[in-house]
Amino acid sequence: MSSSLKKACAIVGVGETDAGAFPEKTAVDLCVEAIQLALEDAGLTLKDIDGLMTPELRFNPYWTNAPVLAEYLGMEIPVMLTWPWGGLSAPHLVLYSAAMISARLCNTVLLVAGEPVLSGQSKRRQMISLEKGASHPDFELPYGPLIPSMFALVARRHMYEYGTTSEQLAEVAVTFRSHALLHPKAHMRNRGPISIEDVLQSPMISSPLHRLDCGLVSDIGSAIIITSAERARDLKQKPVYLLGCGESHGYMHMSYSRDLAELARAKESAEAAFQMAGVGTKDIDVLSVHDAMTIAVLLQLEALGFCKKGEGGPFVQGGRLAISGDLPTNTHGGQLSHSAGGRGAPLAHIVELAEQLRGRAGARQVKNAKLGLYNYSVSLYAANCTIILAT
Amino acid sequence: MASYSKPLPKPHDEATRVYWGACKEGRLMLQKCRQCGVYQTFPRHVCYRCLSKQLDWVQSSGRATVYSYTVVYRPPGEEFAHDVPYVVAIVELAEGVRMMSNVVGCAAEDVTIGMGVEVVFDHVTPEVSLPKFRPVKEA
Repeated sequence: MSSSLKKACAIVGVGETDAGAFPEKTAVDLCVEAIQLALEDAGLTLKDIDGLMTPELRFNPYWTNAPVLAEYLGMEIPVMLTWPWGGLSAPHLVLYSAAMISARLCNTVLLVAGEPVLSGQSKRRQMISLEKGASHPDFELPYGPLIPSMFALVARRHMYEYGTTSEQLAEVAVTFRSHALLHPKAHMRNRGPISIEDVLQSPMISSPLHRLDCGLVSDIGSAIIITSAERARDLKQKPVYLLGCGESHGYMHMSYSRDLAELARAKESAEAAFQMAGVGTKDIDVLSVHDAMTIAVLLQLEALGFCKKGEGGPFVQGGRLAISGDLPTNTHGGQLSHSAGGRGAPLAHIVELAEQLRGRAGARQVKNAKLGLYNYSVSLYAANCTIILAT
Repeated sequence: MASYSKPLPKPHDEATRVYWGACKEGRLMLQKCRQCGVYQTFPRHVCYRCLSKQLDWVQSSGRATVYSYTVVYRPPGEEFAHDVPYVVAIVELAEGVRMMSNVVGCAAEDVTIGMGVEVVFDHVTPEVSLPKFRPVKEA
């Protein structure tokens, strides 16, 4: 029996809300809006869905999220899952949707994520939830690290070991902002371009990371519909097949990291995905990585094998990651300029990849995009997942 | 005097009670596995590497080097507002294990990777003392 999920399923519908500040919208509102768009995109109705997967929210007044959506939409279905793993949750659910579909335990999964992290909490709660969230309550929090501080420790070490510069980090932010300007729903779409100088002049949050090195906080909802490869062929859109996937894990708290200047277990996650797909880095037309901070992009490029360990800095110089560059990355603007902070933002990366591979990315379109890779990795905790998609 | 409102560690089992109890007395304790010899900083009831329960408490020399650091300019909450800018660091103890802490006793901009530091205890409440690190004065 094959353990591979290669071409087990395909994305057949995508939807996302505007990213920004929407004080009137609840998590459920953001999810329902994205669901409606995804169903319309797929040419399906809720009656066609037999699996519902959604991340757990950071602050949830209800016991668990999936059945809350189900009751709101009158869904009664065989498979449902709420996944409580922070930003990893939605991407991780792609793997588990594929496994459930492959095992024929369900056929058509609605994977939805939405969270009003910008508007839906008081300013103070938002600060607490976003900035202290991942740190160990006894051995890290008492010393006052922010989430950006954790990445800053990594950036400082990477600079020390490899000579990475703030200018190199800044270039990532500049490039992704230029992408967001082309996306009709990106949070920063109307804020204009930024320069390396703008990034370096933005307030220092936790050295060496400036404000513009850090991801946004946005209200957004995203949804994708995944079904079996057989079913996908009969539907409206060009199927975006899952070609390969991988995951790999380790610690929860960054103090356990053995080598701060690399992402623990990220290489293993990527290798599993590349092996399942039967492709290599040179075959990837479009890349999407979880850019919680600029430094995270360099580390993922190294872990994924697009450049050697320590060479992320020079690799990103000269616009290599631009839509017009050698390795178009985060063509929707990423966490840095499209959307970030809540459970819906990571899924927006996958929505964008699907649109690129279908040839529907408009002004952001990468020519002849046939193979895309999405990766989630953060330094905060060693949890990684890699997804390779193809049309 | 205002009461301490920053996050405090909460001892919740034998291992953490020993660790934080020793901090209160000005001693930084590590666990050493009698079976495989490894040191660990996060207190546990088993050795993380070989699962042995034969763990000894050993006092750390308190000497370390700065493995990485960051200067925090924007506080994570009101309770840290008076402290910025402050230094959060990961230090590598002479025993070969790392831990997160603050570097104190010098200007934030003077901290460097590789800098020699030694543990000092910040008695933040009557119950809790936090191990922090200050530069070693060169002879």
